[in-house]
Amino acid sequence: MNILTLLVLIPVLTMIAVLFTKDYKGARLASAIGMGIELIATVYLVLAYLAARKTGMMHEMLFTSDFIWYPSLNIHFAFGVDGIAVAMIGLTSIVIFAGIFASWELQYLTKEFFVSLILLVTAVYGFFISLDLFTMFLFYELALIPMYLLIGLWGTGPKEKSAMKLTLMLMAGSALIAVGILGLYYNSAPGGGQLTFNILEISKIKIPVAAQRFFFPFAFVGFGILGALFPFHTWSPDGHASAPTAVSMLHAGVLMKLGGYGCFRVAMFLMPQAAQEMAWIFIILTTISVVYGAFSAIWQNDLKFINAYSSVSHCGLVIFALLMMNQTAMDGAILQMISHGLMTALFFALIGMIYGRTHTRDVREMGGLMKVIPFLAVIYMIAGFASLGLPGLSGFVAEMTVFVGAFQHHDMFHRVVTVIVASSIVITAVYILRVVGLILLGPIKDAHHEHLHDAKWYEKLSTVTLVLSVAAIGIAPLWLSETIIASLKPIVEKLASIL
Amino acid sequence: MTGYTYTLFIIMIPLIMFLVTGLLGMKWKPIVSGLLGTTGMGISWVLSLVTAGSYFFGGHHAEGFQTIIPFEMKWLQFTDTLIIKMGILLDPISVMMLVVITTISFMVHLYSIGYMHGETGFARFFAFLSLFTFSMLGLVIAPNIFQMYIFWELVGVSSFLLIGFYYQKPSAVAASKKAFIVTRFADLGFLIGILILSFVTGTFDFAKLTQPGTAIFGSAASMSFLGISAMTWAMTLIFIGGAGKSAMFPLHIWLPDAMEGPTPVSALIHAATMVVAGVFLVARMFPVIHFQAPATQEIIGYVGGFTSLFAAVIAITQYDIKRVLAFSTLSQLGYMMLALGVSGYGGEEGLGYMASMFHLFTHAMFKALLFLGAGSIIHAVHSNYMYDMGGLRKYLPITHMTFLIACLTIAGVPFLSGFYSKDEILVAALEHNKLLFAIEFLVAGLTAFYMFRLYFSVFWGKDRHYHHTPHESPLVMTIPLMFLAVASIFAGYLPFTELVTSDKVGFESHMNFAVAIPSVLIGLFGIGMAWILYKKESDVPAKLAAKFGMLYTATYNKFYFDEIYLFVTKKIIFNYISRPVAWFDRHIIDAFMVGIGLTTEKISYQIKGMQSGQLQHYAFMFVAGTLALALSMIYLLM
Repeated sequence: MNILTLLVLIPVLTMIAVLFTKDYKGARLASAIGMGIELIATVYLVLAYLAARKTGMMHEMLFTSDFIWYPSLNIHFAFGVDGIAVAMIGLTSIVIFAGIFASWELQYLTKEFFVSLILLVTAVYGFFISLDLFTMFLFYELALIPMYLLIGLWGTGPKEKSAMKLTLMLMAGSALIAVGILGLYYNSAPGGGQLTFNILEISKIKIPVAAQRFFFPFAFVGFGILGALFPFHTWSPDGHASAPTAVSMLHAGVLMKLGGYGCFRVAMFLMPQAAQEMAWIFIILTTISVVYGAFSAIWQNDLKFINAYSSVSHCGLVIFALLMMNQTAMDGAILQMISHGLMTALFFALIGMIYGRTHTRDVREMGGLMKVIPFLAVIYMIAGFASLGLPGLSGFVAEMTVFVGAFQHHDMFHRVVTVIVASSIVITAVYILRVVGLILLGPIKDAHHEHLHDAKWYEKLSTVTLVLSVAAIGIAPLWLSETIIASLKPIVEKLASIL
Repeated sequence: MTGYTYTLFIIMIPLIMFLVTGLLGMKWKPIVSGLLGTTGMGISWVLSLVTAGSYFFGGHHAEGFQTIIPFEMKWLQFTDTLIIKMGILLDPISVMMLVVITTISFMVHLYSIGYMHGETGFARFFAFLSLFTFSMLGLVIAPNIFQMYIFWELVGVSSFLLIGFYYQKPSAVAASKKAFIVTRFADLGFLIGILILSFVTGTFDFAKLTQPGTAIFGSAASMSFLGISAMTWAMTLIFIGGAGKSAMFPLHIWLPDAMEGPTPVSALIHAATMVVAGVFLVARMFPVIHFQAPATQEIIGYVGGFTSLFAAVIAITQYDIKRVLAFSTLSQLGYMMLALGVSGYGGEEGLGYMASMFHLFTHAMFKALLFLGAGSIIHAVHSNYMYDMGGLRKYLPITHMTFLIACLTIAGVPFLSGFYSKDEILVAALEHNKLLFAIEFLVAGLTAFYMFRLYFSVFWGKDRHYHHTPHESPLVMTIPLMFLAVASIFAGYLPFTELVTSDKVGFESHMNFAVAIPSVLIGLFGIGMAWILYKKESDVPAKLAAKFGMLYTATYNKFYFDEIYLFVTKKIIFNYISRPVAWFDRHIIDAFMVGIGLTTEKISYQIKGMQSGQLQHYAFMFVAGTLALALSMIYLLM
């Protein structure tokens, strides 16, 4: 059986298994086992991919398979992965694995919760392995719907409102994407002949420039909304603040990456001419995103808001780097996606665990937690250091690749914005250290916090998995970076060819 | 030339110690972590001495010292030429730094076993010390500027951890935060400098960058931004990074506050190792700065000179002994920077370079000694303030003697190490820049004065009311003091002019008596003034302070630079930028998005009446619509 089919099949089977469990203990156990197997399958995929590349399989996509689904419109289920997709799948598997353990204590409609969560993640896998724009879009939509339920039912605070805001804004984004994709489809055979949704086939032909100019903004902004592109990022603070822990983890950690991934795989790769022409607009917007998100984070008092704005800043860097359109910067963008995904998942997991103990997310009401819950506090500090780009953790590798890559541009404009974006490393340090100083260090502020218990085994498992991944990339980034660069070649070449 | 592979252990041992004591430290008795860390450091120290011995004294070096890279591996590749490698580079300055760092670190480890005894977090303390030492070692042996930057950041974080060691104390938390953010700001300069440098030259490797007469700067000459050449930008920005770590004016503000950390930390980080990283960076990039960016070198000279004067003046008025020492460190670092700023390249021309490294070496010894001595004093009287101390020479004989030696050394008394290194700096300054020479000459006097003000007020004068009779520290603390005292006395006799020079070729040095004699005299004058004012308690200093009034207050308050820092962070960043940005996001952008949603809702509410569900209504609309369509078709077709 194709390994990629297996990746989608395992979560589906897990969902079925969860449906047959009796109580919350069974549901969580089934989910954990399912996602554990998924993680193993992912490791196998990574190894198989690397082995295949080593033996000299130079196709753009590996493990491909293709089923005709709707012949009259030439819609296929076409699957295949390159190094970037493999990396994103790896990210997804790690985050969902950690996410299951982070929601170990959830007891309200547990079965439904895990089924929705795994449905969401199934869609994410489907998205990353799709080579056909139609199925890609299908999975994209499929990922958004459980999100509404997950936030609306299991969330906290003004959850219905937040869920609605998030879903509506993302749906607006997907409406734009739909226009973009249809535009691509109807222009996929400029010389006459069979229209196609297949990414690889479209990439081989040249979409008429006028069509590119018209449809590029649709596709790019549509995916950009999910990637928290300024000024369409405002769903993120509310949505994340209201979402339950595992959903925040998955959403910020993985789902926001769908945006960045779509931006380059669909918008930029298939419409390179328009991408080159219009990049400057979005470079300005993302530069704003990066700095603006970081400054907003400084002023927030809700831990989840801080992290949501921090995500706006970090995800802004992803799209910023993509738009630099050279190999190094784009490599940095992918690394940043993975790094931010792991990091932010870790943050949201920790925030959930801290909230579960202190019953507050307001940084002004906490203090001195290092003394009472040292394990979680140390992990929080590590996450903070990863976020502010400490060498040895993944954030540093990603940011430096982005900065060095972006600065290689021969245009002064690009270099100046790079310097502006790089200044975010200082602002990030300010808000991270502010939070760390307020909640972890100093004297204990609330007498109720003196007897908190430290992390349980499942919390340790969840956070340690993420920390190890962050550290692994940070310490030995070369293989990942090289895998990504190899897969970026066709995209970079295509973008450069029209200059 | 691969005989030096073992140098890898010098760096890896502290890392392993960090991991072991960091992960398992809470499982076993605290002392185990202490002994383990100290033993590990001891091994690193011995290996460093062996390295230095065989590098400097093994073999023939008439044509100069070679640069050896015993280990290197690819870590991350950006482009075809921009590759970050992790490796070890041995050349005179890095070998010298290995010795400095491991020596001081070992002494501090040993000392801490006594000093930190019984503190909560003993194991954590040793883990952090090992982490810091690892980072610092990685920084100095970096064969490329990016590895240096990586370890540079690690040094910043480990220093953050150590300054904030007493994490429940709000002042310690604030100090560690301040240190991190100020140096981070400077690091941004460093990073941008690296970006420009690598863009211009296409390499990170020091071997290529620092070769004089190299062709890689060919394209640099034509590049400029805002009328300033690309290399001047790059080097100045990199210098800003160095200035942040070395606490040069106006980025010095973090260093005095950093004294919130335990005293051994101050000795290790804020006297001998981390703060000299900036000086080391400038020395490492020296050929590039000297040949490609002479304007930057000028800046370095003046910043160094100004810092040394500024800090010396503040040091006179401080009462916290650690802060006096902190400002003294600033002042001495200024000396080192200045020496690099006035240095030429090659042979005797490079006297400033040699003098700077020489002073770095001797200063590390005597300043670590001073800090550790201060720790011993604080340990005895449980206070940092000079007005809580007096007459301590009777109670702390060993501390007293070693402290006196250190004070004499820093004051530049002949035949002690400080005299030789300071003298070389003054000679170099005299040759290149008379103004800077005059400043340094004055600072030499001030240094002697404030050090002996400290010495006399602590060890002489009247006894204070102590909680318990002060007693000498245990042997584990006094052995490092004695060792460093010996080093302070004799380090001056190392033949630095033959070992550590700008072009790696040795030269003959001569004593310049025209400079040496006046500088000794002004030092003695400073000591004399301190003797008169502070040996016996008197009200003269208070009167003098009153006489200077405003000026004294301004100096005592460190010229209000902390207030400026607070203004920038609290007011500007928090209130004037972040707050409006956050408000704008909620009330303008988000409100706009919500507005779209509400408008949609409103419109659908308005038009929902059309879906009335009444058949007649629909039929009417249907007929009316058809008619309207038909009429318009007819109209259009006619």
